[in-house]
Amino acid sequence: MKWAVVVFPGSNCDEDAAQAVREATGDAVDLVWHDATDLSAYDAIILPGGFSYGDYLRSGAIARFSPAVEAVRREVAEGKLVLGICNGFQVLTESHLLPGALLRNNHLQFRCEMVELIVDNNTSPFTRAYQLGERIQIPIAHGEGRFHADPETVAGLRNEGRIAFRYADSPNGSVADIAGILGEGGNVLGLMPHPERAIFDWMGSVDGRRLFQSMHQYVEEGLAHARANA
Amino acid sequence: MREPTPEQIRDERVYRSLGLTDAEYDLVVEKLGRLPNYVEAGIFGVLWSEHCSYKSSKVHLRRFPTSGPQVLQGPGENAGVVDIGDGMAVAFKMESHNHPSAVEPYQGAATGVGGILRDIFTMGARPVAFLDSLRFGPLDDARTRYLFSEVVAGIGGYGNCVGIPTVGGEVQFSPTYRGNPLVNAMCVGILPADGIVRGTATGVGNPVFVVGARTGRDGIHGATFASAEDPEEKERSAVQVGDPFLGKLLMEACLELIASGAVVGIQDMGAAGLTSSSAEMASRAGGGLELVLDRVPVREEGMTPYEMMLSESQERMLVVLERGREQVAFDIFQRYGLEVADVGRVTDDGRLRLIWHGEVVGDMPVVALVDEAPVYERPIGPDITVESASIPTSLSAHEAWLAILAHPSVADKRWVYRQYDTMVRAQTVMGPGSDAALVKVPGMDKAIAMATDGNSRYVALNPRRGGQIAVAEAVRNLATTGAKPLAITNCLNFGNPEKPEVMRQLSDAIDGMADACKVLDTPVVSGNVSLYNESRGLDIQPTPVVGAVGVIDGIAKRLPSAPAREVAAGLELWLLGREDDRLDGTLYGELVCGQPVGDAPYIDLAEERRLHELLQAIAGAQVAVAAHDVTEGGIAAAVAEMMIQCDVGGEIHAPVEMELLGWLFSEAQGRALVAVEKDCAAELARLADTHAVPARKLGSLGATDDVVVRQAGDTAFTISLTALRDAFERAIPMALQSAAAGASA
Repeated sequence: MKWAVVVFPGSNCDEDAAQAVREATGDAVDLVWHDATDLSAYDAIILPGGFSYGDYLRSGAIARFSPAVEAVRREVAEGKLVLGICNGFQVLTESHLLPGALLRNNHLQFRCEMVELIVDNNTSPFTRAYQLGERIQIPIAHGEGRFHADPETVAGLRNEGRIAFRYADSPNGSVADIAGILGEGGNVLGLMPHPERAIFDWMGSVDGRRLFQSMHQYVEEGLAHARANA
Repeated sequence: MREPTPEQIRDERVYRSLGLTDAEYDLVVEKLGRLPNYVEAGIFGVLWSEHCSYKSSKVHLRRFPTSGPQVLQGPGENAGVVDIGDGMAVAFKMESHNHPSAVEPYQGAATGVGGILRDIFTMGARPVAFLDSLRFGPLDDARTRYLFSEVVAGIGGYGNCVGIPTVGGEVQFSPTYRGNPLVNAMCVGILPADGIVRGTATGVGNPVFVVGARTGRDGIHGATFASAEDPEEKERSAVQVGDPFLGKLLMEACLELIASGAVVGIQDMGAAGLTSSSAEMASRAGGGLELVLDRVPVREEGMTPYEMMLSESQERMLVVLERGREQVAFDIFQRYGLEVADVGRVTDDGRLRLIWHGEVVGDMPVVALVDEAPVYERPIGPDITVESASIPTSLSAHEAWLAILAHPSVADKRWVYRQYDTMVRAQTVMGPGSDAALVKVPGMDKAIAMATDGNSRYVALNPRRGGQIAVAEAVRNLATTGAKPLAITNCLNFGNPEKPEVMRQLSDAIDGMADACKVLDTPVVSGNVSLYNESRGLDIQPTPVVGAVGVIDGIAKRLPSAPAREVAAGLELWLLGREDDRLDGTLYGELVCGQPVGDAPYIDLAEERRLHELLQAIAGAQVAVAAHDVTEGGIAAAVAEMMIQCDVGGEIHAPVEMELLGWLFSEAQGRALVAVEKDCAAELARLADTHAVPARKLGSLGATDDVVVRQAGDTAFTISLTALRDAFERAIPMALQSAAAGASA
């Protein structure tokens, strides 16, 4: 399978995401500049962390107007996998590809540290390699990571199993301790923690690997299935 | 407003407001052979400022060792470069941003980070790490809390956004910095050993470009302001404003441009902006530059040549390209949405010539601006008498242990560093909280080790020995992780050089640092001097800050500063280095007496070097589980820090012949604490013996939940690990929190 990591001006975790994909899956990854208008050649697309367009106006607010995000929108409709990490999650909510919004942390500071997450869904294409209820260690690094949505939306997310990860001890005041959510079709995941920073032993955790491996396995199975039916 | 005429500048002594003394003005007239006009006088003023010319420190800085087989680029360029083997090199430098940070702490700190970042990538290096060395007054002061919080936010605001991890540094608090905080930022970058780019403007006729941000009226006189005035009187308008997003784009574009091979020379427009970048690039090439100022992109209408030349607008670079390859640059900068303007060309007449509206508005010999800037042999005060003092032991060991761990200089800095992105780039092997940071070289089983240190208490008491300790501590931090130290950078933060006693401190401290650099084989490859750190007539304690860089081949060999909790119980604790019970220069002494007392702590540089080699051997043989150096707060603090980090108590044994209180809190140098498995203890002792370093089993981890101190077979006292942890972890958050509560009440 083939991955794209979209690079916006101000993205700064693009190389990290590419390194993680290569290491965890051995797949090919392209870094794709934000002016790309066609991403149909890719099986999975990552919107990486960073400060796209300087986070001017609001985090992710300008990136949603970029050609690459328009292309992402089309691939989402096609059922492709889209993973938004940190700033990428913010871009996805600003683009309404995911519900809710990400507000300033409740303590008003940037926060970078290893946190414990609880896996709340292990059937999605992104989380199938985890155990349900498993506690995993993944670092965060954000100033605006407090997930917010109205109670109905949160209830909907919960009932539809679209809360992928919750914080064991919320570092930012997110509603329902939400760390990552799935889109309606299950093929979009946005999360504030950085799985690409939990790949090697020396990073202090390797729990991020399985997220990329889940995606790889899901796509490869789909491709194998398509080949069998061809 | 009309600019003063050359005659008015002379007659009304306008040059004084531009930072020139009467004698310096006369020298300018002599060098030019005529009266300087306003823009020329302004240019001389900034280039001959302390900040740009190092006129008070230059004669002393020459005593630093600056060469060695590992040095690929020594001082004089934008940054120093050392060889780390396997075809790779590391560029690094530290720079002060004290004065701006005292006035506008967020932007002062942010632009300090942005400026040092540009110094690194102009060398052709990919920046991979920041470290910050900060000094503030006591946290019981509301303004200090404001400065501290905003400086930390500013560092994070810039560093997090540009996507370079802040992996280390230190923060110390002392009344000496109440009116004059110190903000020293260090950046480290990686480059191929044969890929160094220099800041030279060579090749007659080659075009010169200004790239990045437009030039505005901000920061005019930042360099002279940094050198001459009292921070109490400083104006915020002279402080620049940073834009990390633009800084990030500029970095990516410049690295891409450098990789294209079209760059002849490149330089950051830092202090004194276009003036220093153009003059320094021409000076290094031994040539000249002609700039057409009408072509400089500006933020507002009506900017004068004076304003354009002296603006310190951030995120700008001066680039000399190979003639005929301009399109390469245009294409790259356009992709990043950055402005690029052809503003002039390289000449061979040795002049910096400025053209505006078709007229020559400035014409100065480059050598006069840079190479022939005044150098002062300022009067040096008498030798500082140093006496060992008998320090009252009025604080019990138990009280002192808690007080030291709760002292904000020693206490847990998590409140600070969790506001920094310490892991972006996904190469951080060991981050803040470790003795030294380790950042992996991508794609190699090799990491760069980095640390900063500099204890002004020691330098205030005994500048020479304090200087030795500043280097030894920073370098020891590297060795403690198992890394091989390679070189250092430094920031010399001192008071007013016009006072002979300050010059004595500076001169002696430099001698001490040079002593240590020679013995430890860590030459000085870059650095910065910040003088006039004073407020209300009081100079700060002399504060040389050292940034040390080393390399570790094979990251599995690394030694963390504490064992993991799961393996800690049952480990033996060993002390490497000599026993000592003198309280000279200790934090204990300062807590008891309210000020630094006695001599600086003991140091022997030969012993220090043997310890560093031993630590590398221990790491190389993978004999130990963890290592932590013994520094401020002595063995007591080192043991507590290790036990708090692994969350396992233990016991330690004091030698019979030592006075217990002194032994616990002595800050004698050249020592480290090592955690080792029982089976490996004999091998550890053997290695110590072959390196001629004293080694003794100090105690063990895990037999108790508390910390038990024994002497002569008896339990001297027991202290609760929980109490130590609370003191250590809560000190800084509480100091800031109770203040916030007080403010809202």
